[in-house]
Amino acid sequence: MKYIDEYRDIRLIRALEKTIRREAIGSYIFMEVCGGHTAAIHRFGIPSLLPPNVTLLSGPGCPVCVTPVSTIDRTIELASQKDVIITSFGDLIRVPGSVSSLEKEKAHGADVRIVFSALEALEIARASKGKKVIFLGIGFETTAPGTAAAIIKAKESGIRNFFVLSAHKIMPPAMEAIICDGTEINGFICPGHVSTITGSKGFRFISEKYNLGCVISGFEPVDIMMSVLMLIKQVNNHKFLTEIQYSRAVTVEGNLKAQKIMDEVFTLASNEWRGLGTIERSGLKINDKYSAHDAEKVFSLKGLSENLRENTSCLCGEVLRGRKRPTDCRLFAGVCTPDNPVGACMVSAEGACNAFYKYRRNG
Amino acid sequence: MHFINTEGMDEFITLNHGSGGRLTGELIREMFATRFGMNEPFTDSAIANIKGREMAFTTDSYVIEPIFFPGGNIGKLAVCGTVNDLAVAGAIPLYLTASFIIEEGFPVKDLITIVESMAQEAKNAGVKIVAGDTKVVEKGKCDKIFITTTGAGVIRDGCSHIGTAVKVKPGDRLIINGPVGNHSIAVMGARKQLSFTSQVVSDCASLNHLINRVLDTRCEVHFMRDLTRGGLATVLNELSAMTGMGVEVEEDKIPVDEPVKGLCEMMGFDPLYLANEGKVLIVVPPEECDKVMAAIRSEPSGEKAEVIGIITGNKNKMVIVKTLTGGTRILDMHSGIQLPRIC
Repeated sequence: MKYIDEYRDIRLIRALEKTIRREAIGSYIFMEVCGGHTAAIHRFGIPSLLPPNVTLLSGPGCPVCVTPVSTIDRTIELASQKDVIITSFGDLIRVPGSVSSLEKEKAHGADVRIVFSALEALEIARASKGKKVIFLGIGFETTAPGTAAAIIKAKESGIRNFFVLSAHKIMPPAMEAIICDGTEINGFICPGHVSTITGSKGFRFISEKYNLGCVISGFEPVDIMMSVLMLIKQVNNHKFLTEIQYSRAVTVEGNLKAQKIMDEVFTLASNEWRGLGTIERSGLKINDKYSAHDAEKVFSLKGLSENLRENTSCLCGEVLRGRKRPTDCRLFAGVCTPDNPVGACMVSAEGACNAFYKYRRNG
Repeated sequence: MHFINTEGMDEFITLNHGSGGRLTGELIREMFATRFGMNEPFTDSAIANIKGREMAFTTDSYVIEPIFFPGGNIGKLAVCGTVNDLAVAGAIPLYLTASFIIEEGFPVKDLITIVESMAQEAKNAGVKIVAGDTKVVEKGKCDKIFITTTGAGVIRDGCSHIGTAVKVKPGDRLIINGPVGNHSIAVMGARKQLSFTSQVVSDCASLNHLINRVLDTRCEVHFMRDLTRGGLATVLNELSAMTGMGVEVEEDKIPVDEPVKGLCEMMGFDPLYLANEGKVLIVVPPEECDKVMAAIRSEPSGEKAEVIGIITGNKNKMVIVKTLTGGTRILDMHSGIQLPRIC
């Protein structure tokens, strides 16, 4: 298939493998901050193609994983209200909250539905007069424009029973938080799909301010190997730039239309990330113009319970910060499995623990 | 039993228990088989010896949304699925029963379409629908229509081992009769979940003629199972668990139609986990492989058959995929339904 086969060409991969081994004269740690990259890296067995002095580390790139327990708890609280239908992306319903999960509430009779997009949730609202349909919006710049478009469409079409609980986040502030946290890395494999929206310009400050390599990568093995090579060269030359490897999809400016839709609906606000805590200006809050569709404003929520219960042995937070690898966790593959997940990183196919479990159980 | 993840305190059935993956297996083993006194291996059909004749029995309930999809409907599915469960056990399917649970208000014209396609498919497969039951429930008590079919057939001579995998040996070849994933994608398209139209048609078909053709060659067939809900990955894992042997497949040998491949790449699905309704995995000794392949390819539902892998020794009891990049990865049983990428 075009645009796939050539990026999985074994000869190209072997050539890149050889060049990487030749160029990698020091020790390198690169972090990927996109769940799609985490899944692809393990699916294609990229670590086995790299020399031992080149390490890839998973960061906070999985939308389901970084959604904090408090968001799950708030959604569960909403799910228990009368005539409410909760809609969300599928994996989220399995993430444990402090005492329950949406999956469990669903089994108890709450109306929780899996949708593939915010627009699908809007259609449910249109078809369900008398019900209040709440879409739990998660994800980064990749999914946020879709949520924004649904909110605009709801307002324009007068669908007044459609609401969004926005847990959307943007990626660059989290990357900055990782750097300031002191995690030792030499560069980022920057997110591919996020960058199709934001353009490369959103990451430039990282290479300029922190002297770290940034390469926006595609999702095929040739893409990822090539991005690793580009990062190694930046480190070797002490010349740190924000480069685009995924040039067939990403530009410097990004998708201006999607950016405009996001600006129309959202404003930046501080936001809680699982593992990273609250990060200033990292969340997308629905602005006043669209407050009639903002679940935060329309529904009364009791507020956060004080004693949020997360399993204290779970290392999800540390994994998301790049401090620990999934196999460092003593719950990994024993107590915590995809069927019986303790932490969010084991739930989503884009989570580091899930990818490790699925493809590389033996480490 | 992992009914739900809350320190085992309170357990409920969740949708995941019905997804055909590991949790479904646990439910069958720990809930039903232990109480009903059923013994492993669990095969697609039960085999009973009645007056010196080996008979196969199977039953299956069909719930699908939407009930009409490109390539079929719930009625056709209810016949094909049960016929296939009999055929892969080495049986000649003979009789079916059909039970209907119908929601009040269901359009009669839709029921006619469904029942006529059941009749047509039964004729194609050469089985008779001989008994049935009908219940109508109040609106909201079921989703439009649920169908349960039960099938009976006669085991072909010397074929009772086929469902159990007891004859599978290292070196055996794995054959699949055509491209995987079409049924899943066709149904998703019909649910309008793909946000665009696709031309993918479900592979929903009765496989008993193809299987008969294979068994008529008198070649040794060591195992057969149809690929349904959990896709190829689940059947390969079941085979590995039943035999205690490793299974190795080559990713680039597994046929996937271009539109399905494209949609999978876009949505982030793995075609190896997608549902099928007209695909069968056949395991044969290496020396019989060519002859069996020729027989399969001579049938319309086997034209795109491929040899996809091999049974390895019993050292590594898992399913390994040789990836396109020359590496290897574990192909695990799936957990839950597949979901589109959001990142």
